[in-house]
Parts: sequence; C-alpha cells; structure tokens
Amino acid sequence: MTGFLHGASYGVVIVSVLMTATALSLWFERKLAARMQSRLGPTLVGPAGLLQPLADVLKLLQKEDIVPLKADAILFNLAPPVAVVCAIGVAAAVPFSPTVVAADLDVGVLYVLAIGAITVLPVFSAGWASNNKLALLGGMRAVAQSISYEVPLVLAALVPVILAGSMRIGTIVRVQSEGHWFVVWPFFLGIPAFVIFVLAMLAEANRIPFDIPEAESELVAGVTTEYTGMKFALFYMAEYVHTLVASAVAAALFLGGWDGGPFRPGLHWMVLKTLLLFAALYWMRWTLLRFRSDQLMGLCWRWLVPSSVALVAGAAVWVVFVG
Amino acid sequence: MRTVQVARRVNPHLSIDTYDPEAELMLLHFGPQHPSTHGVFRMDLTLDGEIVVKAVPHVGFLHRAVEKLCESLAYVQITPIVDKNDYVAPMTNEQALNMAFEKLLNLEVPRRARWMRTLFAELQRIASHLLWLGTFALDLGGALGGGSTVFIYCFRERELILDLFEEVTGARFHYNTHTIGGNRHDIPAGWSAKVHQALDVIASRLSEYEGMTLDNKIFVARTRGVGVLDADLALELGITGPILRACGVDHDLRRDAPFHAYNEVRVQVVTATGGDCLARAKVRLGEMRESIRLIREMVDNIPAGAINSGKPIKVPLQTKIPPGQTYVAIETPRGELGTYVISDGSQFPYRLKIRPPSLHALSALPYILPGATVSDAVAILGSLDPIMGEVDR
Repeated sequence: MTGFLHGASYGVVIVSVLMTATALSLWFERKLAARMQSRLGPTLVGPAGLLQPLADVLKLLQKEDIVPLKADAILFNLAPPVAVVCAIGVAAAVPFSPTVVAADLDVGVLYVLAIGAITVLPVFSAGWASNNKLALLGGMRAVAQSISYEVPLVLAALVPVILAGSMRIGTIVRVQSEGHWFVVWPFFLGIPAFVIFVLAMLAEANRIPFDIPEAESELVAGVTTEYTGMKFALFYMAEYVHTLVASAVAAALFLGGWDGGPFRPGLHWMVLKTLLLFAALYWMRWTLLRFRSDQLMGLCWRWLVPSSVALVAGAAVWVVFVG
Repeated sequence: MRTVQVARRVNPHLSIDTYDPEAELMLLHFGPQHPSTHGVFRMDLTLDGEIVVKAVPHVGFLHRAVEKLCESLAYVQITPIVDKNDYVAPMTNEQALNMAFEKLLNLEVPRRARWMRTLFAELQRIASHLLWLGTFALDLGGALGGGSTVFIYCFRERELILDLFEEVTGARFHYNTHTIGGNRHDIPAGWSAKVHQALDVIASRLSEYEGMTLDNKIFVARTRGVGVLDADLALELGITGPILRACGVDHDLRRDAPFHAYNEVRVQVVTATGGDCLARAKVRLGEMRESIRLIREMVDNIPAGAINSGKPIKVPLQTKIPPGQTYVAIETPRGELGTYVISDGSQFPYRLKIRPPSLHALSALPYILPGATVSDAVAILGSLDPIMGEVDR
C-alpha cells in the first residue's frame, strides 16, 4: 500500500511537472527557432512571451470541436487522449534521481519501449477513423515508420542493458555513476548506440527529419488533418511529451542519468541532460529537411538495423571478455 | 538555339493503361486548398498506395479575365493590370507588355530606359529565384522545420531587392513603372551604391544557400532523379526558362533574341543536365550568381539621357496604336513571357494575349508525375516554379 501511495504521489508530481515542462518547452522551441531564423518569436504575451503557450491553449479551447460526419466517432475521439496517456506513461519508469521515480520497474527498459511503441496505435486509428485520404496516407506512413524504427530502437536500448546487466533503469544509471557513462566508456559501443537510439526515438516521436506522417507540405496535416481545437492540441502535446520523455530515457540509458561526474549527483543533472538533448533535437528539427518515406525505410533497414545488431553482439562480447 | 520537329506523340498516362484495373486505386484531390500548391492549383492524383499512377492538372481557380479586361482599357491603363499576372516578378509583365506596344508604335526607347529595364529585370530575377528557393525548401522541409528556416532567410534577402525597387518606384511590389516609350521613374541619386551594398550581402548569403541546398545530403536525396523531364518533351510542350535549361537545352532569349539592353552585355547562360529537380535548382542558383555579375557590371555604367521617348503622352488615355499585330517575348525568371497584341487603330487593344511560361511548365505534370510518390509530387510541382497568377490570368 505504501508502495502504491509512493508511486501515485510521485506520479502526480511527475505528470504535473511534465505538463508544465511541455508548455515551457513549447515557448523554448519557438524562441530557439526564432533565433535560428533571425526572428524574435513570441514577445507579447507575458514577459518575453512566456505565457504564449497558455494563450495558445486558451485559443484552442475556444475552437469548435468538429467530428466529421463520416468519421468513426469512437476511434476518432479516443485517439488524442490515448496518444497523451501513452506519452506520459513512459515517464512512470524513468528515474529522475535515486528517489524521484514513480515506479523503478525491474523491466523498466522493456516497459518504456513497450509503452512508447503503443503511440503508433492512436496515430493510426486517428488516420483511419478520420475518413480522410490525407489522414489515411499519414496513418499508413506512421505505421510503417514506427514499426520499422522499433527494431533499431530496441536493439540500441539493449546495449546499455547488456553492459549494465539489468533492465531496471535505476540500476543502469547506478552502474554508470559507479563506473563510466556509456557514451564515455566503452565509447565505441556507447556513442553509436546513443546516436541510433536518438534517431529511432525521433522517428518514433514523428519529429523532423522523420515527421513524414504529418508532413504538412505533402499531406496538409497528415493524421491530424480533421482534428480541431483541443483534440489537435492533445496530439501536439503528445508529440512534445514523447520527445521530452524520450530525451529523459536517452539521458538515463547513455548519459549517466542523475550522475554529475565529479560533482554532486542529483535531480538537476538529469533535468539538465534531458533539456540539452531536447534542445539538440529542436536544433535538428529547424535545420533539416524531410526525408521521403522510402528513404526513411532505407535508412532504417539498411543502416540502423544491421549496425545496431552488430552493437548488441559487440556489447555481449565486451561484457563476456572485458567487463 | 535548337529546333525540334514536333512529331513525337507522347501519351501522358502511360502507366494507367498498363495498370491492373482490379487494383485498388485512390483518387486524391491535391489542392486547391493544399498548402504546397503554390496558390490555387489543383491536381487529381490517382494513387496506388503512395505512388502516383495518373495526374490530371486543373487550372483556372485564379482566372480573372485579364485579357478580356484589357480590351476595354486604354493602352496606358493596362500596365498596372498585368502587374498582377506573374506576381513574383511583377516588373517583367510590364516590360513584355510595353515592348509590344512600342513595337507597334515603332517607338525608339531611349538607351537609358533600356539599361534601366535590363537592370530591373535582373534584380527581379534574383528576387524571384530567391522566393522560389524559399518555397521549394518549404515543400521539401515543411513549415515547421528546416524548410521554413531557408524560407525566412530567402525572404530576408529578397527584402533588400524590394527596398531597392521601392526607392525607385515608390512601390514594393506592383510597380507600374514602365510605360509606353520608356520608364516613369528615374533612378535616384546614390542608388547604385545601395545596389552594390545589397548585392554584397546577397552574394555572400548565396554561398550559404548553395551549401544549405546543393551540399545538403537530404536535399540532394530528395531532388536527384526526381521529376526527370527530357529535352525533347520539354521542347514539344513549349517549356522555356530554367526548366528547359535544366534539361541541357542552351536556350535563353536574353542571348538568343536580345531585348532591352541585352545586346550590349554578354549573358552567360546557365545550363545543367539531368532535367530533374536538382538540375533545376542548380540552374536557378547559377542564374542568381549570373544576375549579380550582370548588375554589378551594369549599375555603374547606366548611360545618361532621357528615360522616356516622351512621344505619345500628350493625352495618355488617348494613345492610339496604328492597326496591326505583333508578338514580343522576353525572358522572365520563369521563361518566355510573350505578349501578342492586335490593334484596330482605336485607343483600346482589339485583342491582347499573354503567353505565360508557367502554364507550359504545368503541362509537363501529367508526363513526369506518374511513378513518383506523393512526396515527390510536391517537390516536382515546386521545382517547376508555377505562378498561378500568370497561369490563369
């Protein structure tokens, strides 16, 4: 019972913090993008435009909620909340510090990957239930992309699991804080696995250059074409939460989580690493052009999957003979 | 210049004839409210999964009956109307139109006016190609991604050219600066120094854009071998401008049929081979460099003199053109823009026909889209640089 209360209370805290962080990250991204494009970004609402996300949400709340006549109303309405729940659900097993964790599961890595993989379901059901050709194409692309990138994602995540000898994310971080971060040593396994993990994660979160399911220059808005108001906002939020949480997972698995090297470990390190990773992802987003879907599949199956298989084998060899 | 025998018949829907009729094809109305149709263009795409099997372009959503309207306007009143045809390079419309009137009137345009027109045409070419580069990157990269970064950079530089035009004509976009027999506005003092300043900025940033596009792996992967148009088909369809030059055909009216002051300068025509989207990008980027070179060469040497022949403007609205007909074509950023005028001797044209390069460019779509994916279709459409204002008129 105390375990449940502990988990639930931390869960509430983490969800609230996550929501706030998502809103702030929206502002942060817009400011960052604006600077990259020699613009100012939001300036009018609140100091330095900080309240812009709030204004956006207020605006979206006032929008008419439209369900297309020929849409499958149940699936159509179910998809956005499920997308958000899946994205937030991942956060449950991520330890932000030795104590701040909702549930440090024995199979944490498996849980994180499994819940993350479910995100494809709401996206596809949105594409299918909208009864819109553009949304259908978007949903089709999303399924192909997510399922393909699941393979290198899982394999890359296996590398720290093998190196640490545990699926519990807390243990993986502890192993790194006692020894080295996995991107530092063995770097020839850690760095490529980290890069593959981040790429596959981007693909799963449908971020540029892997945002082909919503590719607005091709598919108008892809799966979200028919969504209005808050339902659209939920999809948007799910994408941001997913990126944020996935950055946290990558930080825990490869960058030593709450470990601060020679400095005092703590929550702040985890937050800092997550945000830096997050900012790097935004940087990529506002710099790169978009792949075509077949090129995306080629990248996954021809490069990422073979190299991640090799990395897993390498990690096994390393653990048996060296580590 | 190459001549071609128009004899080869091409079936635009090759692939749908050989297609399995039992297969489930999807008809996708692409546009006119689609974000990347460059205005209000519509294509009916028949899709097999994501592959385009058949493409039917539909034009006419922006039809404003400009040609008919011109028949009830005095000759000097037509200039501001045609400004809105090719709304990305408005000044070229005025030039083509007034050249036709001048030819019918047998008017000699003063040398200074011709040099100014040449300069403006080249500045316009840079502005137009910059806008094309921005929107093309937007097609490839999306409004919420790297594409929009290129887009905003390009608009930032285009702004410099609009500022230059504003200083001369007072307008940023629809200038109404050319008139029958010359120009309306003279170049202000100190303008050429500002041109040099702006060109220095644009030239240095252009290298950046070349790096961002031609050296960009994703850009090259998205454009190489996409939308390949062969030279014979391009000539048969009457395609001109950068699209034709990207097919390897060395054809440019600036050099082959000089107008304005192009006979006094040497234009190096930029061509590329391949006929794909990448080749078109290369040609347009190269043309910007060439235009910068031309302007730098010309801007300090503008001859002195009148900017207008000053003949028919006693009562401008009463300008009458002797009966006859003529066709005049100039090289705009998009290709050959022609004006065909028939005059019956009254103060209104009897018939005025505009030959827009974009309409001919769009006619290639049914031939080059089948086999491409939806993503490619967007890239191909963008690479043709269609301006719906002049397609529909």
